[in-house]
Amino acid sequence: MKYLSAARAGMIGCHACGHVQVCDGSARGAQRAASPGHRQRCGRCAATLHRRQPDSITRTWALLIAAAILYIPANLLPVLHTTSLFGNEDDTIMSGVVYFWVSGDWPLAVIVFVASILVPMLKLSVLALLAWTTQRRSRWRPLERTQLYRIVERIGRWSMLDVFVVTLTVALVRFKSLAVITAGWGALAFACVVVLTMMAALQFDPRLIWDCADERSPHAFPREPKHD
Amino acid sequence: MKGSARCPRCGALLYRPSAVQLERITALTLAALFTFLIAQAFPIVELDVNGATSQTTLIGALVALWNEGMELVAIAVFCSTILFPLIELTALLYVLVPVRAGVVPPHFNLVLRAIQFVRPWGMIEVLMLGILVTIVKMTSLAHVIPEAALFAFGALTLMLAVVVLFDPRALWDIADEIGARRCAGLPGERRGAPPAAGPGAQAR
Repeated sequence: MKYLSAARAGMIGCHACGHVQVCDGSARGAQRAASPGHRQRCGRCAATLHRRQPDSITRTWALLIAAAILYIPANLLPVLHTTSLFGNEDDTIMSGVVYFWVSGDWPLAVIVFVASILVPMLKLSVLALLAWTTQRRSRWRPLERTQLYRIVERIGRWSMLDVFVVTLTVALVRFKSLAVITAGWGALAFACVVVLTMMAALQFDPRLIWDCADERSPHAFPREPKHD
Repeated sequence: MKGSARCPRCGALLYRPSAVQLERITALTLAALFTFLIAQAFPIVELDVNGATSQTTLIGALVALWNEGMELVAIAVFCSTILFPLIELTALLYVLVPVRAGVVPPHFNLVLRAIQFVRPWGMIEVLMLGILVTIVKMTSLAHVIPEAALFAFGALTLMLAVVVLFDPRALWDIADEIGARRCAGLPGERRGAPPAAGPGAQAR
């Protein structure tokens, strides 16, 4: 065995302050064996300790499925509704990108395309892949999967871009006689998708990838503690 | 980076040594808080279409969104661009100023955990990009005049990029040192930090 994880050493690291301490119910902490429902707290910052994020995969799936369902109205419903002298117009996220592209603002089209279409799709598919492989206790490319997780965690926030653009546009374009732009329900669905996928990424515990990759880990998924 | 630690198995950054420059990070946080107030108080841009003008602050934009029945979106934008960055900056100051003076303030653990909780959700830099996209979008429709808050948001984005490099976990280590010094000074008191595990008790 090349690497020793805290969990295997009978230790537990606090997710809040980073303090590493003996885990109740492990060989070292046997004198304070964990009773069911017992919650160990961090000796330094008093946060509740978890060997792994509790119900990580289940919660990730729940948030991910909710996000995937909302992803459909987010793309089909209009995010902006324009009323002007030249008539009414509804804009979805995709038609906004197309508008930038056609009018020659292609750098802007690329930015909005990446933030509003590519990133949410990437997040949904990557998180689904991670949750699925981890649930199956797959030992397939753990390093690459961890890197994928880190990318998703880092870029997730940037898809809020379109929501901010909608907010500012709605507030600025209110020329009663000329043109008024209002927000459409697509903006709400889209904001929910962004928040839900970010929550899903926060709930996923990347250490589970390595628990599965390491056959002999005593805390491999499912994460019930074993007395070794 | 020199002195930083990475996980040998997955390459994740475990520790970055930039943490200990309390003076600098305190000054920067204070500056960021003032810039934040300016950015929120003044209009961001003004539109001019043949003499008809329209301008908005961030809060004005949220009110407009709220009045249109998009309350939930308004709340999401309010939290990610006003409430959470404000909580992060004030909480950091609340902890940093006393710790710099060698005192651990009350509710220390709670405040640090609040910082950790709000940090992923503060999105000033994304808002900045959103403002720029909106401006470019509007130039084809109207004459766009930049206002004070635009520059304030630009400066705030840069400051927050540095503030976020500071890992609040370092403050727990510093608080431990303060506690240890206290106990060393007062021999009668209970010694040392909380009962820790034996070898390798410190995460870093």
